Amino acid sequence: MKLIILDHYSQASEWAAKYIRNRIIQFNPGPEKYFTLGLPTGLPRDHPESYHSFMWNNFFKHIDIHPENTHILDGNAVDLQAECDAFEEKIKAAGGIELFVGGIGPDGHIAFNEPGSSLVSRTRVKTLAMDTILANARFFDGELTKVPTMALTVGVGTVMDAREVMILITGAHKAFALYKAIEEGVNHMWTVSAFQQHPRTVFVCDEDATLELKVKTVKYFKGLMLVHNKLVDPLYSIKEKETEKSQSSKKPYSD
Amino acid sequence: MRGGQGAAEARVLQFTNCRILRGGKLLREDLWVRGGRILDPEKLFFEERRVADERRDCGGCILAPGFIDVQINGGFGVDFSQATEDVGSGVALVARRILSHGVTSFCPTLVTSPPEVYHKVVPQIPVKSGGPHGAGVLGLHLEGPFISREKRGAHPEAHLRSFEANAFQDLLATYGPLDNVRIVTLAPELGHSHEVIRELTTRGICVSLGHSVADLRAAEDAVWSGATFITHLFNAMLPFHHRDPGIVGLLTSDRLPAGRCIFYGMIADGTHTNPAALRIAHRAHPQGLVLVTDAIPALGLGNGRHTLGQQEVEVDGLTAYVAGCSVESALEAASLHPAQLLGLEKSKGTLDFGADADFVVLDDSLHVQATYISGELVWQAEAARQ
Repeated sequence: MKLIILDHYSQASEWAAKYIRNRIIQFNPGPEKYFTLGLPTGLPRDHPESYHSFMWNNFFKHIDIHPENTHILDGNAVDLQAECDAFEEKIKAAGGIELFVGGIGPDGHIAFNEPGSSLVSRTRVKTLAMDTILANARFFDGELTKVPTMALTVGVGTVMDAREVMILITGAHKAFALYKAIEEGVNHMWTVSAFQQHPRTVFVCDEDATLELKVKTVKYFKGLMLVHNKLVDPLYSIKEKETEKSQSSKKPYSD
Repeated sequence: MRGGQGAAEARVLQFTNCRILRGGKLLREDLWVRGGRILDPEKLFFEERRVADERRDCGGCILAPGFIDVQINGGFGVDFSQATEDVGSGVALVARRILSHGVTSFCPTLVTSPPEVYHKVVPQIPVKSGGPHGAGVLGLHLEGPFISREKRGAHPEAHLRSFEANAFQDLLATYGPLDNVRIVTLAPELGHSHEVIRELTTRGICVSLGHSVADLRAAEDAVWSGATFITHLFNAMLPFHHRDPGIVGLLTSDRLPAGRCIFYGMIADGTHTNPAALRIAHRAHPQGLVLVTDAIPALGLGNGRHTLGQQEVEVDGLTAYVAGCSVESALEAASLHPAQLLGLEKSKGTLDFGADADFVVLDDSLHVQATYISGELVWQAEAARQ
């Protein structure tokens, strides 16, 4: 894995954004598609906390993506399992996920794959753990009764099939989960740990998220930042992709 | 007219690179329009899976709801109170010319006149939607003749009236049918005024207090009867006095019906009211401020920046920006508040989803760059034309 440590939340976000930008350019998009993540069930589409609203306000409305190319799991579908199966099919049809971007829960979950989820699971309906419900209460005025208790989610196996995985982890409250994910063994109680067995994982975090890691680990990866920062250097524009292709053939040092 | 069955197939316009006035704030958001109404882009994206048919770059400008002028007596040589044979073309001319000032809806105002004039003129000015031909007519504002002699201002004394024994019947006899009437300004100290105010209110006509020597108590009673507006605050009424604030006291009165907002018109040209007085009113009751021009037929002088002692007053069409007041407040006073006064805030005076797409494009000095009615460009500044 690559562990990228930045000072603050905003710098971590910026690093991740630049990395994604570079990866999109390298991917040389044509009529290709990307997929977005699962969402809690039971919320109407236009609820301000629905995943549709979140994705619209934070991403879709700022770019020129065509609605046909967005795929969000519909938590209000009549047959939820069929919805999940169809999602898996759509991923296959699009040629698989090139880059999966996700976060980590305080209980170490990836997407809504709560502790105890199979590390080879696929897209399915999950019941949320109390930890997750508590963490989400802040979006529902702190009222626990209003927080959805079930979610549709991509499985750990689904994410492992992506060609590259990027996990964003910021804040001290995620520090223990990060420790369990990368310094302990692969364990279905901390599902993010599954990515120790993925060939291409990037963890992007801020200082606070590293609080539970060994000093040795942090120092090692901070020492690699000089090399890792080359990954976010601006590439040439797509117009000059011939030049750019020859440049990127000189790959930076990789662990 | 707008919306309807054809709406879903109509072109979707997306205005980008702009700041829109929404929820009292200037937000960096795009404005989406379809079928003459403001569209919810999130619904379009997820439910209809459509993108915009056309994008227009607004060059970083401000997009505000179209201005609404509820007190304008004429302009560009046209006098609404003149009983000519073709009142309609006079109104049409003014309606067209005020587009360049960002006004998308207005209430043509008639000053105190003899009954013959009302009988001739009122039926010739129907309510009309705006468009490329001009700003929309929301209804007439009849200012007088039931006003105070002492506070008649520029109104002709000979034609002043009071409510005789038949109160409302007298009013009907004077004005004729009230179908085209939206606002009536009267003095509440006149006998039988409460009966008249109640009758007008039940007919959906907004009653405004003005040209009056009423004290605060009389004004409050009038509000209880249904009055909701004050015509050009401070002008043509008793001055504020600390032991009896008069009509001005309505701004902070605690004796009004619960939940009722009293609106007050202000001619913010820096001349009718000292900007300091304007600020006192604004600070006391910012939600009720309605900017009006009270323009006369001589309107047509260019816009510009005027200085008044230490204050700078920018007079540009309807927006008089007195240094110290926020841009958002000024814009709302010219659009949202008059809409609320007339009970039209669901469709006018706002850029909320579903509202009529009447809006103005303003630069940072609040000069009008373009005016849109029902999502259609109806006026554009020279410099902006390509």
